[in-house]
Amino acid sequence: MRYLWLTALTDIVESLRARWFLIYTLVFGGLVVVLFAYGLAESRIMGFTGLSRLLLTYIQLAMAILPVFVLITTVRSVAGDREAGVFEYLLSLPIPLSAWFWGKIFGRFFVVFMPVFLALVGATIWGLIKGGEIPWDLLIYYSALLMALAWCFLGIGMLISTLARSSDVAQGAAFVVWLTLLLFLDLILLGVLIQEHLPAETAVMIALINPMQVFRTATMMLFDPQLVLLGPSAYVILDTFGQAGYITYALIYPIVVGVICASVGYFLFRRSDLP
Amino acid sequence: MIEFQGVVKKFRRNEVLKGIDLDIARGHRVALVGSNGAGKTTLIRCLLGEYTYDGRVTIDSLEPRANRQAVLSKVGFVPQLPPPLKMPVGQLIRFAATVCDTDPERMIDVATKLGLDIGRFMKQPFVKLSGGQKQKLLIAVALGRDSELLVLDEPAANLDPEARHIFFGLLAEKKHQAAMIISSHRLDEVVALVNRVVEMDQGKIVLDDRVADLVEMASKLKCRVGLIRKEDAFAKTIREWGFVGSDGDRTWQGEIAGPDRLRFLGVLSRYAALLANIQLSETGE
Repeated sequence: MRYLWLTALTDIVESLRARWFLIYTLVFGGLVVVLFAYGLAESRIMGFTGLSRLLLTYIQLAMAILPVFVLITTVRSVAGDREAGVFEYLLSLPIPLSAWFWGKIFGRFFVVFMPVFLALVGATIWGLIKGGEIPWDLLIYYSALLMALAWCFLGIGMLISTLARSSDVAQGAAFVVWLTLLLFLDLILLGVLIQEHLPAETAVMIALINPMQVFRTATMMLFDPQLVLLGPSAYVILDTFGQAGYITYALIYPIVVGVICASVGYFLFRRSDLP
Repeated sequence: MIEFQGVVKKFRRNEVLKGIDLDIARGHRVALVGSNGAGKTTLIRCLLGEYTYDGRVTIDSLEPRANRQAVLSKVGFVPQLPPPLKMPVGQLIRFAATVCDTDPERMIDVATKLGLDIGRFMKQPFVKLSGGQKQKLLIAVALGRDSELLVLDEPAANLDPEARHIFFGLLAEKKHQAAMIISSHRLDEVVALVNRVVEMDQGKIVLDDRVADLVEMASKLKCRVGLIRKEDAFAKTIREWGFVGSDGDRTWQGEIAGPDRLRFLGVLSRYAALLANIQLSETGE
């Protein structure tokens, strides 16, 4: 365990000094500032007011940005480090491969989740100062959802980094994965549904496999418990899971996907050339 | 101590190592030479357990990939190109010392001996150091622990003459209890450090020869060079070796490390037409 935390700490220190981290932090911090600047915390639209409205908008934006940021930065830095000879040197030191790989994941998770989470907390504190009411349930639920989403895409990113032998290939693959999942949110899913006359259950199943859609539906559920916005597929989801069941699924499923991808990545990493 | 038995390494269809058989015992200091693409780096990576391969590689009967910690705790490695680590120097030393189970002060001591004032650089990112400073720090990490095998890839390429002399002295301290593999694409760079030469070409060992081990690694030579006339380009070059000019910069005196003699004569050969006389004598240090 000592080596695992040491690697995690090393990765955190490396990342904190990287340019991508600065941009990443500025994007999420900037989002909150922009949302406040445009008065979203004071808006009264569709029944959602104050801080709840702001958190809701923030989480929807995070869904679009977080996966691609996590994927690209992970594959870029991990595959880039391998290309640049960082792996060759650090893995010549007597550190277990398991501690190296998982330490890197845990360190990276801390680095990608913290700015997103701190922006969320910052928004809440600012709202509190402004005299708003803190929606604790939303805050805790959204934090947990963001954590699950970040972990999921981190696992996918580590798997891609292990499979791809160059950072260019890794970045391309990461972008394709993100784009595919993004398109399956609505565009392709609806198209296939209409063209192929797919049963609603199949379409819902595809949606339930896509971690981005799972996240999206879960965020809707808190302000729209009947999932009216989702249309008829809401019946399948609610009949199958129930509200509490779906919320649990939305928290556990992305973590499971992340763990499976990272584990496959680790298995391949152990068996392949390291640098 | 080290055994390679029928080691084959392929990258897809490209066979980079073609059945390497090699034994290296403690006390052997091997120059691993060969042109670019000969397979030197691949052989070293197999030895460090970083590559998978067909055949067998063992260090003290242990396979490096399956026994990473046991094997690599005995190995000090200096790569040819320093990795672009963004972590501060202090963090790198702490990390290396912890995983190698040694006292960071030992690494700091070696770095200080090599002329690197670690105190000044502790918080500076490793990647921001100069080429020579990075090399000194990586040597300090490799030598500042109980290594029984030193794998050095062009280790002294970026060092100034004084640091090279100290480095050779540090290697001399380890020469009986450790094996050394010193990789270089030029034999003259390393020949004075070694007692065995292994040359590789296109994935095969084409030469494996013992060489006279007469040069004391920690020795120094007093040197006096006389020129037929003053020459600015020569003055600039020889000053980098720590030489001092006199007689209107027509006579130069200084000291060079014993194992550096061939390298030094190689530098002088570029100015052969200018040379009036050369004297080299052991200082007895």
